[in-house]
Amino acid sequence: MSEYEKMGLKVGLEIHQQINTSHKLFCECPTTLDEESQGKLERYLRPVVSELGQVDVAAFFEWEKGKKIVYEVPRKSSCLVECDEEPPHPMNLDAIKLGLAMTLAFNGEPVDEIFVMRKTVIDGSNTSGFQRTAIVGLGGYIKDAEGLVTIQTIAIEEDAARKLEDTPDSVKYNLDRLGIPLIEISTGPDIKTPEQAKRVALLIGQMLRLTGRVKRGLGTIRQDLNVSIAGGVKTEIKGVQELDMIPKIIENEANRQRELLKIRDELRTRITRDDFERKVKEKDLTGLFTSSRSRLIQSELKKGGKVLGLLAPGFKGILGRQVMPGRRFGTEVSDYVKALAGLGGIFHSDELPNYGIVEEEVQRVAKELGTGELDGFILVVGPEEKVRKALQVIRDRLSQAFEGVPKETRAANEDGTSKFMRPQPGSARMYPETDIPSILSRELLEDAKKIMPSTPEQKLKELMKMGLNEELAKQVLNSPRLDQFEYLTRKYTNVSPTIVATTLENTLKYVKSQGGNIDKITDEDIETVIASVNQGKITKDSIPQILLEYSTPNSNTKIEAVISKYSGISEEELINLIREVVAQNREEVKSKGDKAFSLLMGKVMERVRGRVEGKKVAELIRKVMKDETG
Amino acid sequence: MLEGYRGKALELLSSLGADIGDVLQVYNDKVNVKGILMPSYSRDDSVVVLKLDNGYNAGFSVNKVKVTLLGRGNKVVERKGHEVSRPGKVKIISTGGTIVSKVEYETGAVRPALSTEEIIRFVPEIEEITSISAEVLFSILSENMKPEFWVKIAEAVKRAFDEGSEGVVVAHGTDTMSYTAAALAFSLRLPGPVVLVGSQRSSDRPSSDSGINLVSSILLAKEAPFGEVVVNMHGESSDTYTLAHRGVKVRKMHTSRRDAFQSINDHPLAKVLWKEKTVKVLRDDYIKKSDGVEVNAKFDSRVFLLKFYPGLKPDIVEILLSAGYRGIIIEGTGLGHTSSDFQEAFRKAVKDGIFVGMTSQCLFGRVNMNVYQTGRMLQQSGVVPLEDMLPEVALVKLMWALGQTSDLNEVKRIMLTNMVGEYNPRHSLDHFPRWKHE
Ligand SMILES: [Zn+2]
Repeated sequence: MSEYEKMGLKVGLEIHQQINTSHKLFCECPTTLDEESQGKLERYLRPVVSELGQVDVAAFFEWEKGKKIVYEVPRKSSCLVECDEEPPHPMNLDAIKLGLAMTLAFNGEPVDEIFVMRKTVIDGSNTSGFQRTAIVGLGGYIKDAEGLVTIQTIAIEEDAARKLEDTPDSVKYNLDRLGIPLIEISTGPDIKTPEQAKRVALLIGQMLRLTGRVKRGLGTIRQDLNVSIAGGVKTEIKGVQELDMIPKIIENEANRQRELLKIRDELRTRITRDDFERKVKEKDLTGLFTSSRSRLIQSELKKGGKVLGLLAPGFKGILGRQVMPGRRFGTEVSDYVKALAGLGGIFHSDELPNYGIVEEEVQRVAKELGTGELDGFILVVGPEEKVRKALQVIRDRLSQAFEGVPKETRAANEDGTSKFMRPQPGSARMYPETDIPSILSRELLEDAKKIMPSTPEQKLKELMKMGLNEELAKQVLNSPRLDQFEYLTRKYTNVSPTIVATTLENTLKYVKSQGGNIDKITDEDIETVIASVNQGKITKDSIPQILLEYSTPNSNTKIEAVISKYSGISEEELINLIREVVAQNREEVKSKGDKAFSLLMGKVMERVRGRVEGKKVAELIRKVMKDETG
Repeated sequence: MLEGYRGKALELLSSLGADIGDVLQVYNDKVNVKGILMPSYSRDDSVVVLKLDNGYNAGFSVNKVKVTLLGRGNKVVERKGHEVSRPGKVKIISTGGTIVSKVEYETGAVRPALSTEEIIRFVPEIEEITSISAEVLFSILSENMKPEFWVKIAEAVKRAFDEGSEGVVVAHGTDTMSYTAAALAFSLRLPGPVVLVGSQRSSDRPSSDSGINLVSSILLAKEAPFGEVVVNMHGESSDTYTLAHRGVKVRKMHTSRRDAFQSINDHPLAKVLWKEKTVKVLRDDYIKKSDGVEVNAKFDSRVFLLKFYPGLKPDIVEILLSAGYRGIIIEGTGLGHTSSDFQEAFRKAVKDGIFVGMTSQCLFGRVNMNVYQTGRMLQQSGVVPLEDMLPEVALVKLMWALGQTSDLNEVKRIMLTNMVGEYNPRHSLDHFPRWKHE
């Protein structure tokens, strides 16, 4: 049993993958990103009140921030539907069919009648204030080396608007991404180790690519993780973009929950929750800091701000306890303050003196608050209203520490840690989208069967049948460019699949290793090159040089211009060139006879490399020599 | 009550004794889930609709799954908001639509929230502006509005002012809001503003325009210096400000945009900045507040709005006459024309005491029946040019005029009198919007 199995680790995955449909899920806009803005919109969202006067906690949390939401409205990739100025059009059935195809591929059960729901999201990422989403399939499983992992649901939903910037007062999005269809595949909490989670994510990603109907590139696939350990709580971690980071994020979260449970146990030996709540108190300590050397405190005081202190009974040494690499319990508290009170940060007793706050000040704070042997304190600086709010948030978070792990939605950081994002949404979150008629899945099942992904084993066989050797076939199978390979080989039949595969899997790596900027090479560029080979305009040998030359940093040439430099030459031109070379080397040819061939070959190839194949050159040289020598 | 169920699904659910809100389990060899039974809005009579634990609704065909009843659900008890008896400074009269609504998350049903208490819970900012009281006059869809309801609204407005309100807000569905606005404008002499308001995005969605429209309207009803009927809706697609349009010069010009309502051949009376809580009056030729409130709401709905199109035959006029219609507003082409074939039919109608008035289907601009021969001939037949009055406003005004008198000359006099700003004698260049082309 591994360390994580002993901890009772349970992980569920939610994979969100953009689908490459010709238009968006609820309108006729293309599913491409677009920077050209035709103007801005300014909006505000407010939570909807439920029958019982309840408001979803997560929604209320966003609304309380009172942020202005600004949308850049792209010319090509948005219409009135994205602007929330026109009702949604009927759902894009190609997206539903893919959802059904994946359901069948996992051996699950399609939902007989599909209903679109509204999932409340009021951070502005959806202009309507909700995300439209529909479950199309339930059940099924995938096989992993460490056992079966069940599939819980397969949903088709709309992607959110693309966030451009976030300030304390406003948040800005581009509408281009809003409405691109996503397939969401959720597994059961059956994953037992961090490595297994990565493997399962890889396998699901590969199955999606095998349909040839999903988008590729940064931001087109996102993983959310649901992580818990025994005694802990299911924590949602959003926005994992790198598959390789999955194990680390899970490890860090499992350890965080374990540390929080240890903190709980330790706190309980010191003080009860009731006693904590009775003894915790706040006090205005502004007077102690009027001549403080802390720059933050000075600048806030100048603006009329306050310094408030909170006595944290029982928390000495705990505020500084590490719960994740580089993150202490105090950091967790500080994240709550940032997210819920909009304040930059806090100072706690386990990190002081520091940050310009000196020992003498620490002593005076402790005295003012009446800090006992096992007590800690927290200082908050800023405008009084926000500071008061922050202290309430801190009290709540400290009090939760007596229970263990709070229910949170966290955001993944790039280093494999995560931070508090918002409370988890409650059940008052979903209600039916009445603008969209329901869909009977049986009317789509025949089409869905036709686009089911083949199994990786089947696909490998197919690839090898096309002439790829096993190594190359495996590379293509695991590659995000699988769909591009299929597209190009289907369209350009004069080019051998091996050349297409080599170009996609090896040539691009080579170009990168030679200092080329492969971000510059678009799918269209690659297609132009392959098309040129297909037409016989250039030879396959010239592909690496063309791509390298094209992608040289600071080069502004068009791919067509580079290709024309390497375009083949006619047989007549080649013969003339060979005759010229023979004439220049007449002495050698005369003296060496047939043995001069390799010399001539070298000289001719120097001038035509990449434009004509060596075999052809050799053939013509022999012919010319034969004519010459008679 | 197994709302919406029929056929096989109904049969099975009845045999289980299941009811909406009960917890059911559905299963077969591949799937096993439980959920709350929802009212059916299914296209297939074998489908049972469940709300699953994760909040999603999904439909399962009883042909493919087994269904068992796990437990009884909690009945959703509808709470009635109680009325606050103290009169507010601004009265909100609801006529339908859902300017304020609440969602029943269990079933997804949207119900209007119409008590004072509920309105304040939905838009708490109102309390910073003034005190309000609310009245549910009736609850009908905008498209089902009729002249007899205009009378009821006019009377309710009068009551509100008599009770001491400083201004009145009328919540109304948007489809026919401008007709109601015109009807109220001709019927009332007002000691304060009457503000019609609605929403283009229903209030069951977080992006609804209803909150801002409502709070702006309350502000306007309290602070505007005029005694007029206005329509107050979003001024642009952004949530930046609302515009108060004169009730007889406003038209819904878009099926779905927030800024669908526009002043035609006119400029808005005021701009309301909801964030700053200020009313910016844009014109000084508004109708001043009168000392008291007077209501004169009588309408004769035997009036027809005739849109002329190429190929329309004059016998339609005969049909209207024989059906007992007493007035016709023509929505003519261009400067105010129909085909010259109509000349005779109109002459006969006018002779029979029918009022025939001309407006333009161009909407923008003024009719002028002196420029072309056809116009001159139609005038000779007795057709009355109605300047720049909007066709629908002319229609409502004619209903009102016929409600006052049956004397054709008196009707004509009323129709040509600029009563509440329905005529704008001066059009400037900026009275016509220009569309972007490059
Ligand atoms: Zn669109």
